[in-house]
Amino acid sequence: MGDAFALKDCALIAISTGKRAQNLRELRDRMQEIPEGCIYYHFWGGLLHPRFDDPEYQNDFAAWAYHGLNDIRLAERLGIISPTDFPNLEDLRREVIEVIEERLDESELVPWSKVDRQFYFVHSKTVVFDTTIRVDDPVELCRLIPHLSTSTIFYHFIDARRRTPDRVNDFSRWLLECGEEYAALARRIADVDPYFLPLTEVRAQLSTVFQRHLPERGSA
Amino acid sequence: MSNMLDSYKDVVGEEVIYQLWQLAGALKGARVVHVNSTYEGGGVAEILHRLVPLQQELGLDSAWEVITGEAAFYECTKRFHNALQGNRIDIPEKLLRVYETTNQQNAEILREKLEQADFVFIHDPQPALLLQSCPNRKGRWVWRCHIDVSHPYRPVWKYLRGFLEPYDASVWSLAAFVQPISNPAYIIAPSIDPISEKNIDLDPAEIESVYEKYGLDRSLPIIVQVSRFDRFKDPVGVIQAYHLVKTFTPIQLVLAGGGAADDPEGEAMLAEVRTAAGDDPNIHVLLLPPDAHRTINALQRVADIVLQKSTREGFGLTVTEAMWKGKPVIGGNTGGIRLQVINHHTGFLVNTPEGAALRIRYLLQRRKELKRMGEEARKFALENFLLTRQLREHLTLMVAMIHEPSDRIELV
Repeated sequence: MGDAFALKDCALIAISTGKRAQNLRELRDRMQEIPEGCIYYHFWGGLLHPRFDDPEYQNDFAAWAYHGLNDIRLAERLGIISPTDFPNLEDLRREVIEVIEERLDESELVPWSKVDRQFYFVHSKTVVFDTTIRVDDPVELCRLIPHLSTSTIFYHFIDARRRTPDRVNDFSRWLLECGEEYAALARRIADVDPYFLPLTEVRAQLSTVFQRHLPERGSA
Repeated sequence: MSNMLDSYKDVVGEEVIYQLWQLAGALKGARVVHVNSTYEGGGVAEILHRLVPLQQELGLDSAWEVITGEAAFYECTKRFHNALQGNRIDIPEKLLRVYETTNQQNAEILREKLEQADFVFIHDPQPALLLQSCPNRKGRWVWRCHIDVSHPYRPVWKYLRGFLEPYDASVWSLAAFVQPISNPAYIIAPSIDPISEKNIDLDPAEIESVYEKYGLDRSLPIIVQVSRFDRFKDPVGVIQAYHLVKTFTPIQLVLAGGGAADDPEGEAMLAEVRTAAGDDPNIHVLLLPPDAHRTINALQRVADIVLQKSTREGFGLTVTEAMWKGKPVIGGNTGGIRLQVINHHTGFLVNTPEGAALRIRYLLQRRKELKRMGEEARKFALENFLLTRQLREHLTLMVAMIHEPSDRIELV
């Protein structure tokens, strides 16, 4: 068995960039110049920061296309973009711009929003801290999962994909280190799609997967 | 763990409180001073009454100071408030001088404490000039704006901006409220306090008592709007919606709001509302005292549906309060209401009395959906808009400011 799993937690604070867009062309132009942190925030920030937008659209660009521009076609195309499919934020940025360009090409008029429905670009700072909790074996982790804060789940299950070279979540990586017998569990955990769920649901799904694969010891 | 945090633990869960302790560990002993202009009344004082003791319990050396001034000072800052919200109000030079002098006078009293503090939070424009009177300040200074400044009256904003830009950071309630400013503009949304009298769980007997007290009919669905009697809250539009529903489904309406004794406009509005209500026994216009928090709480809890049919609104914390009580909200399609009310999820956005009537009928005919949306609304408020989240963001902000300019701060 490898090292103990160090449970960490994180908190996020949002910062306005002062940049905004009132029509689709402005959105495209701003997308080319905003820092990567903005892309990250508008795809993932809603999970850690008070989220207002329609839960049917999982990123802020898609939600704005629907509510601000009333462009359902564009909202659908932006809404299906899953950030986990892209190796880095630059590739994700290019995909969003590509979808916007395509929509601009097929539009006779540039879709626009009312003045009180503009898109505001936001980025964030993340504070990561050590909970000082160390987990020595998977059974213990299974027991702890339902009691972890949603931001701990975010840090180890979602944020990990951004900061690790192989884009694997921390739970799966550690389980693989624990031994071959946990390989199936590690894969099952990696299969949980976090993108369309609030963090409380992600936590519940992870707990279920753990329980199913460690049925006797995990439910103790 | 101490008592006050324990009370929140019962509501939000142990892991949320544990996280606060973890974050606060990085700020242990930090001297924090909050400054505003009143101990009582208004949303800012309400927040500080909780935020400061909670920060103290978490190990911060947190304090709250209040500046004082003559009537002319408050006249000036009231004008600031209205102008920042978009009203075209010019402020005479004489009042601006009073504002500046009052800040200088208060700085004489507070200077030593403020200059020694690690963090100073200045709330709203009233004490904003203290910074320039504290040239030897050691800590970081934050201007916290609680006002909707999305469309300020430009001359007044221009005057104030010069005093606000030297701050190390500013904090705004929504991205849409942020005005161009040279310091980092953090965003911290407002919150409600789940253990305050306005929002705490009530025992069934206390909830039931409002039926008798206000002559409500137990056999009829109850629609409630809580807000002061103000044209922008559209109480007459709510009565129109009630009449449109009543022709199909018997209901009763409660319009509950604060006193209007010192507000001539409010008095006129109240008279208009009473005229529109006429002698209909199922319309209850309740003029409640400012401390009737538990009554408001109970009224929101007996409601089947809560309305907030404003035509103009800042954030709309009454919407959050109703959602916290598990009620779907039919809200005006404006301001912060449309950020909280999501069609078919937490309620419905409407633009007219007809729209409100349609959605009331829709929900009353679909009780399962009404219940589901109420549950979703409660969950939304729990996860996003309770005071513990605001406290966490304050702590995060302070940690982030110590470690700027990095976007990711790893605490060892």
